[in-house]
Amino acid sequence: MTATATGPAAGLPRWAVIGLLPVLNLLTAFAVSGLVVLLIGEDPWRVVRILVWGAFGFEEAIGYTLFYATNFIFTGLAVAVAFHCGLFNIGGEGQAYVGGLGVALVCLHLDFLPFALIVPAAMAGAALFGAAWAFVPAFLQAYRGSHVVITTIMFNFIAAALMVYLLVNVMSEPGSVQPETRPFAAHARLPFVHEILAAAGIRVAASPLNLSFVWALLCCAFVWLFIWHTRAGYRLRTVGFSPPAARYGGISPPRQVLIAMLVSGALAGCMSLNELMGVQHRLLLEFSAGYGFAGIAVALMGRGHPVGILLASLLFGALYQGGAELSFEIPRITRDMVVVIQGLVILFAGALEYLFVPALRLALTRRHGA
Amino acid sequence: MPRKVAADSARAALRDEMPGSVVPAVELRGVDKRFGRVHANRDVSLAVARGAIHGLVGENGAGKSTLMSILYGFYRADRGEIRVDGRPVAIEDSEDAIAAGIGMVHQHFMLVDTFSVVENMVLGAEGGALLASGMSRARRVLERLARDYALEVPPDARVGDLSVGVQQRVEILKALFRGAEILILDEPTGALTPQEAEHLFRILRRLKAQGKTIILITHKLREVMEVSDRVSVMREGAMVAHRDTARTSIPELAELMVGRRVLLRVEKGEARPGRNLLAVETLSVRDERGTTRVREVSFTVREGEIVGIAGVSGNGQSELLEALAGLRPAFAGHILLRGRPLGEGSGARRSEGLAHVPEDRRRMGLVLPFEVRESAILGYHDDPRYRSAGRLDWASVSRDTEEKMRAFDVRPPDPRRITASLSGGNQQKLVLAREMERDPSVLVVGQPTRGVDIGAIEFIHRRLVAMRDAGKAVLLVSAELDEIMGLCDRILVMFNGRIVGEVPAGAASERELGLLMAGAGARSRALRAP
Repeated sequence: MTATATGPAAGLPRWAVIGLLPVLNLLTAFAVSGLVVLLIGEDPWRVVRILVWGAFGFEEAIGYTLFYATNFIFTGLAVAVAFHCGLFNIGGEGQAYVGGLGVALVCLHLDFLPFALIVPAAMAGAALFGAAWAFVPAFLQAYRGSHVVITTIMFNFIAAALMVYLLVNVMSEPGSVQPETRPFAAHARLPFVHEILAAAGIRVAASPLNLSFVWALLCCAFVWLFIWHTRAGYRLRTVGFSPPAARYGGISPPRQVLIAMLVSGALAGCMSLNELMGVQHRLLLEFSAGYGFAGIAVALMGRGHPVGILLASLLFGALYQGGAELSFEIPRITRDMVVVIQGLVILFAGALEYLFVPALRLALTRRHGA
Repeated sequence: MPRKVAADSARAALRDEMPGSVVPAVELRGVDKRFGRVHANRDVSLAVARGAIHGLVGENGAGKSTLMSILYGFYRADRGEIRVDGRPVAIEDSEDAIAAGIGMVHQHFMLVDTFSVVENMVLGAEGGALLASGMSRARRVLERLARDYALEVPPDARVGDLSVGVQQRVEILKALFRGAEILILDEPTGALTPQEAEHLFRILRRLKAQGKTIILITHKLREVMEVSDRVSVMREGAMVAHRDTARTSIPELAELMVGRRVLLRVEKGEARPGRNLLAVETLSVRDERGTTRVREVSFTVREGEIVGIAGVSGNGQSELLEALAGLRPAFAGHILLRGRPLGEGSGARRSEGLAHVPEDRRRMGLVLPFEVRESAILGYHDDPRYRSAGRLDWASVSRDTEEKMRAFDVRPPDPRRITASLSGGNQQKLVLAREMERDPSVLVVGQPTRGVDIGAIEFIHRRLVAMRDAGKAVLLVSAELDEIMGLCDRILVMFNGRIVGEVPAGAASERELGLLMAGAGARSRALRAP
């Protein structure tokens, strides 16, 4: 199989683009982070040790890392699906947020249903509301030519405003001043993984990791199957690479734009299952907490492939969890410092992903040419 | 003392003789260039005499463009030397090339459509902070150049409004304005009518007479024979031959280019047309901006014939093709297959037996980043043969694609390659394989051999004739008059959206077709129209 990449990294072998480039980007991000750490007078090696230990060093840490990773998987997949259709969905944040509304409506108002029905109903609610929030930007892009980047950003703001209104004026618990709903019923919650394992006789430390992690893994498989092994995915990718070729092949680009954005929104919406039905057990303000935006970096770093997204999600989950541990252990490294490190990873792996292409091309061609 | 004078004058005589005959205007020595694993130029040497028109021919990918890009400073050679007037020069970018007196007219013009001719000329050579002085200088130079070289252009016309031939003159003027003594022209006649090409050759001869040196990159051997003094042939990155034009022939050059004997004429028997298959009735087509591009066009294509549509590009052929393929709605009129109206959309047309090879295979006919097998099912991806258990059955797609690739000699026959990695000829054969192997009853083909190597052209022409002989209807749109005249049984000429003439292929002369294409055919239509 001949494998040279196309696009900005054209001419490089595919293994270099998929394997080498992300690792190089990551190492650069860590090197620059190390400099920042040095600058505030801490030992970078100690920071690395605490970070890794904090993310993977003990059972609870692993649970937290995987819990965070679950969010990143959903939003990363969402961005990736749209990207395969040539669309940059910046609206994962708002779609996840509104997806939470779907989960809450099911969990609060359909809680007469048994657990076995309320879980699929809540999943449908999350996906449906997330997709619905993507529908208007999708429609405007597909049939009116309004750029989806602009409209999805706008819809993030609208989502935030809508949720504040609903939580303050409509959905908050009577008599409460908190902008959040009443807790979900006990059977309208997703079981924690430590609970499931305990039932099977395996004792692990308690963590927020819950059943939605399994759903996230299933979604990875689903996206892989959908994008590369169905006609629908084929149509979507054709439009993503070349709308004129799609039209020539009898594929309607606007229709594919709509489909891609709806699937994308549905995946983003599923993130709320993990946060709300898994941990918070109520609908509250700003639970999406930037995961929708981070999903862009996750998708870029994972190169739009579910396996890559899974790995990138684990990395980001580890940075979240290890970073929290870090600011606890070393008070001079504040929460904001951790955000800086995450930002550097996003910068080098996402925005500057082709930074090393010329150097790599030079290095590889020189070797081949010799 | 007298002896010394004599020696000096002998040396002077030698020097005098050298510029004309010995020291070339441009010389490339041992140029070597690799792109990764591709060895684009292998130890290439080329000497171009001052005041000569030097043809550079070779198939796509033979390394002509790379060589000229090195000369013009787009690429740097890994090894080798460039000499201008016998002096070694270092050309790092196009500014160095311009300083060395080298100018280039690209195949795709580098003009700003919304600027006037004068504004385009001063682009990059504005001369000072204020435009006025540079512009008036440009205007003076323009007038002089127009007089000297028959390069007539309206100085204040918007470039976008000019015809392709005139735009090309603006490109030549731009190069001359920058003081070019050596002019490189890359495939200059690709988009010209025969008359415009003739005018271009007149200009080139005039430039030559004034001592300019011209390098002409082309794949049209007839033009090289007509206009050049000397020809160099490249194949697979290497220079394979230099010939004086007067002492070579088209078959020899073709053989040198391809490395084997090639058939330049299309071999075909008499057409045996049967019933009408495709009928177009007073079809009008509008573009996105609402401009009518096809005006009340009517014609038929019968079983077992190839009908060609000749015309300068931009006269409605593309829109006609797209309307036939279902990619563009008909504004008025009908398209009938076996007397029945065709369905809407390209998918419907395809399933009704109308296959379409689009003019632009890179943009429309293929998805370049796709694997070959993915490109090979474009438009046929809903075929149940490619499906199993609701999924695309890639194993069966691969098998099918490999069969098609072997049948059409697409090399290498690896369905997992990236489409973009195939050469132009192989890409085109892939599109033809996809569209022809389905046994359609009508094949609509646009520019089947644009950017395709001679060897592949021969193959493609044979397949089209074989399709005709199998009783199919073929409609061919091509900008290559040679192709139309060699391949078609009937020729329709389009000008300004109308069919302005029909000529049986045997009776067609290039001159007559050229006149019709240029819109001077009103009388001729009256004579020819049935």
